[in-house]
Formats: sequence, structure tokens, C-alpha cells
Amino acid sequence: MTAYALRRVLIAIPTLLVISLIVYSVLALAPGDPLSSLAASTELPAEVRENIRIQFGLDQPIYVRYFKWLAAYIQGDWGYSFASRLPTQKLISLRIPTTLWVIGISYLIAVAIAIPLGVATAARQYSKFDHIFTALSFVGFSLPTFFTGVILIIVFSVQLRWLPMVYNQQVTDPIEWIKQAIMPITVLALLQAATLSRYVRASMLDNLNQDYARTARAKGLAERVVVTRHVLRNALVPVVTLIALQLPTVFTGAVVTEQIFRVPGIGSLFISSIQNNDTPVIMAIIMVFAALVVFFTLVADLLYGVLDPRVRYR
Amino acid sequence: MSTPETASAIGGAAVATADAPAVPRYNRSLLGDTWGRFRRHKLAVIGAFLYITMTVLTVVGPVVWTTPINDIDFSASNQFSAAHPLGTDDLGRDTLARVLWGGRVSIAVGLCAMLVAITIGVFVGAMAGFFGGWIDITLSRIIEVFLSVPQLPLLLLVIYLYRNTLVAAFGPEMGVFIMIVAVIGGLNWMPTARLVRAGFVTQREREYVEAARCLGAGPARIIKHILPNTLSPIIVAGTLSVGSSMIAESTLSFLGLGFPPDVPTWGRLLFDAQNFLTIAPATALIPGTMIFLAVLSINFVGDGLRDALDPRRTL
Repeated sequence: MTAYALRRVLIAIPTLLVISLIVYSVLALAPGDPLSSLAASTELPAEVRENIRIQFGLDQPIYVRYFKWLAAYIQGDWGYSFASRLPTQKLISLRIPTTLWVIGISYLIAVAIAIPLGVATAARQYSKFDHIFTALSFVGFSLPTFFTGVILIIVFSVQLRWLPMVYNQQVTDPIEWIKQAIMPITVLALLQAATLSRYVRASMLDNLNQDYARTARAKGLAERVVVTRHVLRNALVPVVTLIALQLPTVFTGAVVTEQIFRVPGIGSLFISSIQNNDTPVIMAIIMVFAALVVFFTLVADLLYGVLDPRVRYR
Repeated sequence: MSTPETASAIGGAAVATADAPAVPRYNRSLLGDTWGRFRRHKLAVIGAFLYITMTVLTVVGPVVWTTPINDIDFSASNQFSAAHPLGTDDLGRDTLARVLWGGRVSIAVGLCAMLVAITIGVFVGAMAGFFGGWIDITLSRIIEVFLSVPQLPLLLLVIYLYRNTLVAAFGPEMGVFIMIVAVIGGLNWMPTARLVRAGFVTQREREYVEAARCLGAGPARIIKHILPNTLSPIIVAGTLSVGSSMIAESTLSFLGLGFPPDVPTWGRLLFDAQNFLTIAPATALIPGTMIFLAVLSINFVGDGLRDALDPRRTL
């Protein structure tokens, strides 16, 4: 187990390095100067601008810059934001709690809806109940988050005037906070619950016809007990790893939701830094996202091994 | 179906006519079987019908409804009227014309991005699965890295950074179209590659491949033999990727990073309408519903195809 875990970690590190190389090259090879906003605004003479470029090392070849960047990055020096002149880490750490709250709650709600729904639809496969919820889950994951968000705003903010249209970070009152967070959370939870419940259902169906389920039924156990105590435990093994695998996608997907409701999280920071050409922040956020993906893939791999004893560590 | 039975029930006399076979004959083909199973999936049939209708509407629509998409009607309000059946947007441009035209772009992006993804995916997967060894190891690692790349952020970044270069090279509409299709397809091929690789690994050792090899067939010809046997998952993955590509395109447009403002796509229309939700919710709801219906119907088609192409199912 330890050897396996170590090997997975050792694979994860080069993956992250390659991603950083890809993102760095995308940024470095792009037309346009990262300093253009800095230099153009003050109408500097050409030689001064050249001096700035040399000072920042922009005259050096790409691979030298990449390794310098990498060395600084590993040491925790993520640079300063061009737009706000704050250290990048500070900027990101200011935004992350909001994102975590909204995403964390919506994901918990999604899991809490998806598991019972998946179990119930699988237990009554091809019943009317199953058909209705299968169709609904298709609706759920075919609805793009920006459209769900727009519909919710039209219904609850414009027509009924129950909920505020945009998220306000200054709010401290918990009830007010719930009122403003409820729409972004619903949007994300709906999409995730729809996707996850499909997987729970498929995994349950795989297990319901297995020999051990038949044995349990033959013992005279009630179907309820067979489903909840025997089959569910096994069916959840792939689902748990899937929950871990999906989490980073939820993070990146939240970019859109944060944009609609003006939630000041890491996603809206990303959009605004792209629009401001704020290279250090863009780079840092993509690396945070990439690290999340790699980390949760690792977690999923390890969890699968722990939960399923049939998995052998090679 | 009932004709041969009644024919035989009538008696031996029927046998005398050479045309009427005594045993019912089934003309079965892969395509026929698939269609037979697909037909049973009601939602998939409805989905296919809906998707085809929408495609036809967007292709024919702008020819029939000839109001120009960028014509500004100063006298129009955003109410539905005879001149503007779906109202107008904030600048007085006809919503119906823009929705029809926008559908062309959105549907074309979905289909083209799917083709890009399938082409790369089949190529990489076939190479990895067929040759094995270090080629497989390298390609599988590449697939893994691409799967770990945070897709939406990279998509946004690439499009923002390289938009002007491509616009300069191919013009504002074509440049953005090529870029969006290439980037969405280029970040969406990994699932197909994995499926194709798995298919090739299982098919590689089959007898027919051995036979082909004995007859002196080279790698290219053998791959040609194997490919049809891995087609089912490719078709399903391709269908589903049309939907996800459409969502990706409309997400980009919705974030204001897609097509330029004068090229309407369903996502762009929604983006333009979102500032007027209080006064003109319909201008947002119409393109949004179109995206939703297109994606929903294509997802149903994909689900139906998955069932129909599953060889374990019998008719």
C-alpha cells in the first residue's frame, strides 16, 4: 500500500510539472507583451521600457524564464498581481473561502440528493418513478449552469423579489447570507446531483444482479435490507471515487456560476484577471486548479484501493 | 411479419408459388438491428427528431425569415409583434432572426468540435492500442496529463490570448470559429482516445486480426479491419460530445469570450440579454431554451445509441 501510494505521488508530480509547462508556454508564446499595460500607460521612452524588460528577465529565452519561474514558485514566491499590486497568494487566499463555502455546501447537497435518488431509481428500474427521475436527471445535466442561473434570477429576483440578484460579501447576517447564497448553491447542486445520481443508479444496477445480492435475497432478507445494507455498500465504492474525481470540475465549473451571481470567489477573480491581462494571477489560479485535479485524482485512486479489497497494488 | 405465417397457414398450395418462402426470412443488418433497438427508446427518438428539426430550422430559417440580423429597428419595442414575432433586443435587432442565425453557429460549432475531438481521439487511441509498448505508455501519459488540465480555465485563457492572431489571419468570424472549434475539440478528445485504445487492446489478439496478419496485411490495413469493431463506443462518445461542445461554446460566449458581438450565437444572445432580465426576460429565455433543448435532445440520442449499439442486448 505504501509503495503504491508513493508511486502514485511520484506520477502526480511530473503531471503537475507538464501542466505548468503547458500553461506557461501558452502564456509566454501568446502575442502581446505582459508588460504592455504597465509600460504603455505611462508612455515610457523605448529605452526605459527595454530596461524594465531586462530587469524582469523578459529578454531571456523561454526555457530560462520557465525554470526561473518554477524555482520561485516552488519556494512560494508567486509574484505580484499587475492589477491590484497585491501578492498573488494574498489575493487568492482572500477569494478562496467564499468559493469553498458555496461549492462545499452545494456539493454536500448534491451528494445528499443523488445517493438516495440513485438507489431508489435503481431499486425500481423501469418503473414510472424511475422513468420520471431519469428524464429529470437528463434535464438536470443538459441545463447549462448559466441558463439555470438566469432562470432562477428571473423567477426569484425579478418576478417574486424574494432573493437578491447579486452576492454581497459585506453581508454578515446569516439569514441574509443564506438568502444570497441560495441561488448559486442551487445551480451547482442541481447539476451535480443530476450527474451523480446517474452514476449511483448505474452502479446500483451493476450490483443488484450479482450473486451476493441473490444470496442475500435467498436467505430471506427483505428487499429493503438487501438494497440498503448489502448492495448499497458495494455500489458506493466507485461512486465515492467519482465524488472525489468530480470535485475539481465543480471548482472550475463554478467560474460560470460565480460570474452570473457576481460571487467574489476564485472563479470571478480568474475571469477578471484574464480581462486585465494579469499574468501572475492567471498562472497561479490555473496552477491551483491543476493541483486540485491532480490531488483529487490521487485521493480517488487511493480511496478506491482502500474501499475495494479486490484492487491489487502492483 | 404476418404474411408468411398466413401463407403457410393456408396450406401446401402456397408452397407452389416460388416467391413465398415457407420460412419467414429476416433481413438483418447491423444498421437495421441498431435502428430497431434505437426505436424502442422513445425519448431518444423524440430527441433525434427534435435535434434534426432544430438543425433544419436554423439552416432553412434565415432563408425564409429574411429580416437581417444586424438591422436596427428604432421604432421597435421588446414586445412581441407581427414585424418581430419574438421581439427585439436592446438595440432593436430582431430576436427571431438572431436566434435562427445563432443556432447555425452554435450547432455548427458543436458538430465541428465533435469531429475534431473524434479524429484526434481515434488517431491517438488507435496508435496506443495497436502498437502497444513505449508508444502506448507515452500516449497514455499524454492522455492522463490532458485529463488533469483544468479545461474551462485553459479554454478561456487560450481563446483570450490567441483571438487577435487568428482574427487577423482568417477574419473576425472564421478566425474565432476555427479557434473555438479547435480548442474545444482539442481539449475533448481524451475520453474517445481511451475508449478506442481499450477497443484496440481487446481486438488486437482476435483471430481475424491474426488471419489478416498471416495474409501479409500491414499495420494500416489491420487498423482498418479493427476500427469498425470499436465503432460503437466512438459513436456514443461522439454524440455526447456534440452536447458538451455546445455547452462549452455557449459558456465561452456567455462569459463574453466567444464570438464577437455582431455574430449572434445562442450563448452570446443570452450574454447580451442578461443585463435586461428585469425588463425583457424573454430575450434571455429564448436562446437559453434553444441551447437546453439542443443539448437535452442530443443527450437522449446518445443514451438511445448507447443502448442500441450494446451487443449484449438482443432484439
